[in-house]
Amino acid sequence: MPPRILKIPAEPATLLPDRFNAWFAARGWSPRAHQLALLEKAREDASALLIAPTGAGKTLAGFLPTLVELSTPAVERNAGSKQSLVSTGRSVQRAGGLHTLYISPLKALAVDIARNLERPIAEMGLPIKVETRTGDTPVSRRQRQRRYPPDVLLTTPEQLALLLSSHDAPFLFSSLKRIVLDELHALVTSKRGDLLSLGLARLWRLAPQMRAIGLSATVAEPDQLARFLVPQPEGREAAADIVIAGGAAPPLVEMLDTRERLPWAGHSARHALPEIYELIKANKTTLVFVNTRSQAEMLFQNLWSMNDDGLAIALHHGSLDVAQRRKVEDAMSAGRLRGVVCTSSLDLGVDWGDVDLVVNIGAPKGSSRLMQRIGRANHRLEEASRAVLVPANRFEVLECRVAIDAIAENAQDTPPLRTGALDVLAQHVLGCACGAPFFSDELYSEVGTAAPYADLSRKDFDDVVDFVASGGYALKTYERFARIKQDKEGRWRVANPKVRQSYRMNVGTIVEDDMLKVRLVRSRGGGSGSTGVIARGGRLLGEIEEAFIEGLTPGDTFVFSGEVVRYETLVEDQVYVSRAHDKDPKVPSYMGGKFPLSTYLAERVRRLLDDGRAWGGLPEQVRDWLSQQKDVSRVPAVRELLVESFPRANKHYLVCYPFEGRLAHQTLGMLLTRRLERARARPLGFVANEYAVAIWGLGDLSFMIREGRIDLNALFDPDMLGDDLEAWLAESALMKRTFRNCAIISGLIARRHTGEEKSRRQVLFSTDLVYDVLRKHQADHVLLRTARADAATGLLDLRRLGDMLARIQGRITHRELDRVSPLAVPVMLEIGRESVYGEAADELLAEAADELVKEAMG
Amino acid sequence: MTAGALVSGDDEDMRVSRVTISDVTFAADLSGALFWEEQRLLVVSDLHLEKGSSFATRGVLLPPYDTIATLGRLAAVISRHDPRVVIALGDSFHDRTAHERLSAEDRDAVAGLQSGRDWIWISGNHDPMLPRDLGGTIADEIAIGPITFRHEPTGAPGEIAGHLHPKARISARGRSMERRCFASDGMRAVMPAFGAYAGGLSIRDAAFARIFPKNGFVAHLLGDRRVHAIAASRCY
Repeated sequence: MPPRILKIPAEPATLLPDRFNAWFAARGWSPRAHQLALLEKAREDASALLIAPTGAGKTLAGFLPTLVELSTPAVERNAGSKQSLVSTGRSVQRAGGLHTLYISPLKALAVDIARNLERPIAEMGLPIKVETRTGDTPVSRRQRQRRYPPDVLLTTPEQLALLLSSHDAPFLFSSLKRIVLDELHALVTSKRGDLLSLGLARLWRLAPQMRAIGLSATVAEPDQLARFLVPQPEGREAAADIVIAGGAAPPLVEMLDTRERLPWAGHSARHALPEIYELIKANKTTLVFVNTRSQAEMLFQNLWSMNDDGLAIALHHGSLDVAQRRKVEDAMSAGRLRGVVCTSSLDLGVDWGDVDLVVNIGAPKGSSRLMQRIGRANHRLEEASRAVLVPANRFEVLECRVAIDAIAENAQDTPPLRTGALDVLAQHVLGCACGAPFFSDELYSEVGTAAPYADLSRKDFDDVVDFVASGGYALKTYERFARIKQDKEGRWRVANPKVRQSYRMNVGTIVEDDMLKVRLVRSRGGGSGSTGVIARGGRLLGEIEEAFIEGLTPGDTFVFSGEVVRYETLVEDQVYVSRAHDKDPKVPSYMGGKFPLSTYLAERVRRLLDDGRAWGGLPEQVRDWLSQQKDVSRVPAVRELLVESFPRANKHYLVCYPFEGRLAHQTLGMLLTRRLERARARPLGFVANEYAVAIWGLGDLSFMIREGRIDLNALFDPDMLGDDLEAWLAESALMKRTFRNCAIISGLIARRHTGEEKSRRQVLFSTDLVYDVLRKHQADHVLLRTARADAATGLLDLRRLGDMLARIQGRITHRELDRVSPLAVPVMLEIGRESVYGEAADELLAEAADELVKEAMG
Repeated sequence: MTAGALVSGDDEDMRVSRVTISDVTFAADLSGALFWEEQRLLVVSDLHLEKGSSFATRGVLLPPYDTIATLGRLAAVISRHDPRVVIALGDSFHDRTAHERLSAEDRDAVAGLQSGRDWIWISGNHDPMLPRDLGGTIADEIAIGPITFRHEPTGAPGEIAGHLHPKARISARGRSMERRCFASDGMRAVMPAFGAYAGGLSIRDAAFARIFPKNGFVAHLLGDRRVHAIAASRCY
């Protein structure tokens, strides 16, 4: 266990050069304990992880060691004796060259940090050159940076990978003294974190003298995060020292005590609109967080329509045009906005103005996530952040209640450290070969020093190298087309310059959904149909997922960029829409949030339900609802799975309440439906939300359960994750999407083809077809294994489903009811909103064909 | 639109849908093949054999199993209908040297499929020079009764062609589904691509409007278990 600081260094003043003490004093500040603690760590020559809430001066803390070390000119540093140097105590042997590398998850953040650093550097007159390098940096400057590196370079994980894949990486990085990894908690949860860890492993080899500083919000397992920062020796664990900043005032969080009737379902929180509006009016600047883009659109539109006071309210989400987003951010910094409706697009980033209230609409999903959002209000450490949670339905009241309790206990639920993905490794291996030829043995040891890859087996590594070389196929026909080849000494080298070029164009792990540009044009009115006469051009509103547009037919209305629009037509990658006059869009487009309810909050919700005494803390409407449930059916116990069955309108329903989040529930619904089909219960469809799954069909489910023709223990047996899952995966669109992402990240197929700019509408081949063929002919191929591993924690949430099925074994309680229960109402109301029986092609096609017959036969 | 095209999926064998072209009735098979019962003639189009290895030569290492997969599906549909004649309606090979990359096993498989029946390779734009060492007869087009088989559609009455790889998308209530399909208006037809890696072109593309006269055509979509006939105007 690494030492947990905070002991405040005995003589803080001696850690900082006079110039710095004077600078702090001039601003009326004094350095914070954790800022000094990081200097102390630098003096001890140790890597460190700083865990601090927003507003704690984290970034300055991360850069102080660098600023101090570089505060004397390079010449002086090199020439003088050690004693004459102002330094952190380490031997400073710098012949110029790059001193500090800073990595941020957002390129906008890197740019902002550079701006923020300029101030102390200028005010103290420090001889330090700071530059950024992002995808937007001009080629000329990038080339100059490689030859004449600045002292401090601020960049992103992708740019780091690119730099490492160049021939001059050893020259560029051998001088490196520090690396600062910002927002580390956010980086490590994704494949970008895997890529970064591999880049870090390489840096440690090029610059063993380097020390790492990680900056993170509070996480559940800081020890794991601390491992990420330092090379893992073979067979044991190593970790950076941990510095935990204290002193943050606990946030003041309350749930909106609505005067209105609480909705049974839905996510719009429309009932609370006037109250949300009042909150914005009563505060200086309010951030209103919602979980999805479409919720943001809807809320913004509704707030605007009731904005009689003309409050400056803006909209911010990831699909909006970048220029528009920047405009909102600038207006916010300048204090010109009273409210911003936003999604996770504002979860990270530097401080924007004086936010004094955070409103979180809908489900908090996880306690750490919510705490980070709440931290956006008031970036002054000693003052409490204020937040109001607005549940959009009754179940969300329960979730908000337990989230508030969790925050009071400062209970964190960030996910555990990832196991490094093999598709990312494949990309890295190719990148390494682009830089310099490598021996497998050496690269394997290097990769193993990255914490996410510490347990990587030699077989997996060799499979990945084989994949990078010639596709990794059992049928060895591609040797002559290999992208990397072994020379006489056994070193792997790039086969031809085109490979290098293609690597450089495809680096990175973010696979965007296929997005289409949305343009506002004038309606043609009337007819639908193919790409006909339509005024081209039109104002660019932003981008939208292709998958969403594919579900529309011309004439459908939906909300985008704050207004209801009518879908006109699609031409190549442009969606043309016109202004619609409907008040309510025809297609709701609620696609669920990106993140499911956390396991931790789910457990707390189950405990809350089970503990009748705790219901006192709930609004009266919710208490009544639960009491009624208790009277007519049952309120599930913590470890129990409640299953209800009842008839309704000539159909029979089965509803269960696992509380495991929407993703796991969708998978469960899909698998249960298959099983019920086999049991001849004639299921017609299912719908899943964060808390429950409802399945309906023609067969009398209550009767079948009563007669023992359906055995619930067998129905929910974990063996559904065997053959049933396999059969479903063969055709699952979610699985195919997962595979496509792996194929792109691993470099099997290119995001962009070198030299030819193909229009995306003329796809050369479909990864779905490749998936089908590969699955049939080499089911254990490394890419399929990678996709399976992704599915376990990603879109299908198989791991969580498996844990749940194991938990409820022998603990299923069935209630046969004559009608829908109070607890079932919310999920029943989702029917028709969420897509149903998502993947059965024939039903949908048959329906379309039937309509045609009806039309033709009159 | 012909009445014949409307009656679909109602056959006892739901794997096929009836398609009438110039008064000849064909069975549109779920696999994407077309079967002319009286003639015991089976047509498949756009096999694109060795498309995988064709990409591999350019550094995109797609799984090298597409030829095996395509020939396997072809074997299945041949054994189901036991045709006297098989027509491969062009673009059977993805590029001009594709046949040289066929493995010995794949060549044997082709020979096995050809044994006991006539085999006609029609040339296509991908394979204008068909290999002479793979059995069968080579032709640019062939006419049987009122029907003409050629690779690239011209829109002539009685024509059965390929080349365009028709696919169609159906949407309802926020869901959508895209499948390969036959396109036919009762006078002519365009067949779906049969090859495992062959992509598709939406039937709403202008290329189809040039072939089918104004009054529309029907898309016979290849579902999971059956073929569905849907007016092209309802697809996109």
